[in-house]
Amino acid sequence: MREAELVIIGGGPAGLCAAVSAAESGAKVLVIERNKTLGGQLVKQTHMFFGSEKQYASTRGIDITEILLDKLKNYKEKVEILTETTVVGMFEDGVISVLHKEDNYYKIRPKAVIVATGAFEKALAFPNNDLPGIYGAGAVQTLMNVHGVKPGNRVLMVGAGNIGLIVSYQLMQAGVEVAAILDAAPKIGGYLVHASKIRRMGVPILTSHTVKEAVGEDCLEKAVICQVDERFQPIEGTEKEFYVDVMCISVGLTPLNELLAMRGCEMKYIPQLSGFVPVRNENYETTVENVFAAGDSTGVEEASAAMVEGYLAGICAAAKIGYVPDNYEERKIDYVKELDDLRSGPVGKHILAGIEQIVTAGGCHV
Amino acid sequence: MFEKTGIPSREMIMEKFPPIERINKGPVAVVECYKEIPCNPCQTACRFDAIKVGEDINNIPALNSDNCTGCAICLSKCPGLAIMIVDGSKSEEDIQIRIPYEFIPLPKAGDVVKGLDREGRHIADVKVVNVLNPKSFDRTPVITVEAERKYLYDLRNIKVEA
Repeated sequence: MREAELVIIGGGPAGLCAAVSAAESGAKVLVIERNKTLGGQLVKQTHMFFGSEKQYASTRGIDITEILLDKLKNYKEKVEILTETTVVGMFEDGVISVLHKEDNYYKIRPKAVIVATGAFEKALAFPNNDLPGIYGAGAVQTLMNVHGVKPGNRVLMVGAGNIGLIVSYQLMQAGVEVAAILDAAPKIGGYLVHASKIRRMGVPILTSHTVKEAVGEDCLEKAVICQVDERFQPIEGTEKEFYVDVMCISVGLTPLNELLAMRGCEMKYIPQLSGFVPVRNENYETTVENVFAAGDSTGVEEASAAMVEGYLAGICAAAKIGYVPDNYEERKIDYVKELDDLRSGPVGKHILAGIEQIVTAGGCHV
Repeated sequence: MFEKTGIPSREMIMEKFPPIERINKGPVAVVECYKEIPCNPCQTACRFDAIKVGEDINNIPALNSDNCTGCAICLSKCPGLAIMIVDGSKSEEDIQIRIPYEFIPLPKAGDVVKGLDREGRHIADVKVVNVLNPKSFDRTPVITVEAERKYLYDLRNIKVEA
């Protein structure tokens, strides 16, 4: 069994920021990432980020990974990174088990853990949704922006949230035609600046529409969509057909945090946070002592918020195991203020309504 | 309708345009940010104190067109590509607009490209005056095009045929 001080599960925006702030506090950090490379979803975000300077606004996501890795290099002797390593279990006695590649399975006993495992894509049920050519938006982005492979020639985008809008734009940048973007909701869910920039390229955005079925022999040849009423029921006679070879499904994310449930953390279903999330205190510590969480695994939001949550959870977890920096309270207040600022507008309102339901006052284990 | 289609109405557009007298004096920004989102790089980028978001980063940016020099730094920094620069000082008949354009192929100065409105409709053929793509713009090239004055409030995008 290997001993460790602070294990951070996930090397995406939240995990990397947590590693930076914990190492800066003096804790020895072990980052465990299941992919070959660090950065999580940042590695395919070719667009500029929103937020303020503190969250690297107006920097492209693909460049933020490098910025964070450069910061980590300042604490070389404090930080160890395991890639291609999956945490497969978190047990009652605090031990976690990991699998490196396919054959090296071993256990680690950390003093504290930060779970920053992110989120996964929701699916959409419709006839023939398993035809080749029907992808999740994440897969399309990985194909295009990581591997340089066009997913097809003509796409129907399902979902007008930020991801659907951004991936549509990136498809067009890759030379792929976007036939239309549809969404069952009566209004566009993503930022309207994204919607406008796609609309002025001539792509129609069809709200109150859903997929009726996919049609094709060996792969997708045609998508049939229809309008829905205010109760999301299909309206007969409103069908439209699109001859497309790709359908990109972007109907939202849900937190990925089974490890927390397995460990025995109290979980609650919070619609505003897009699924089951851990009950936690203001330090991002769950109901199980020394188990922290940050980023989308605590509720789906923008990467800017995930990064700040990571920094905050990082200094709190480090402090919990004895590494309290001089300016601890001050820095905590700054991070909390950054999060408040990001969530203070109309977009953040429902996030706050969700967070209210899972945050217990004070440090419950201190 | 805007929240259903992504197409701003004429009134919304007109509210964001500085007065025509200002446009005729020289280049000035039009900040088409219509909805509160947590974002303020335009304010951070502006060296002339012409764009203010304020304490709450969700505020809609307010342009002080007297301070604006039309330098286009904010244009390349806006993550929503919501800013353009308009200039009515070059001639009585034509206006120039500068827009972000993140596609290949890039046009060249002198090319005639399709001018599109906010719905992506081809409204006129327009002449490319200038293409700026310095490192500081971080892969958001800025294209200046010239069009008849009557397209001032409609022209918002271009299409470059390969």
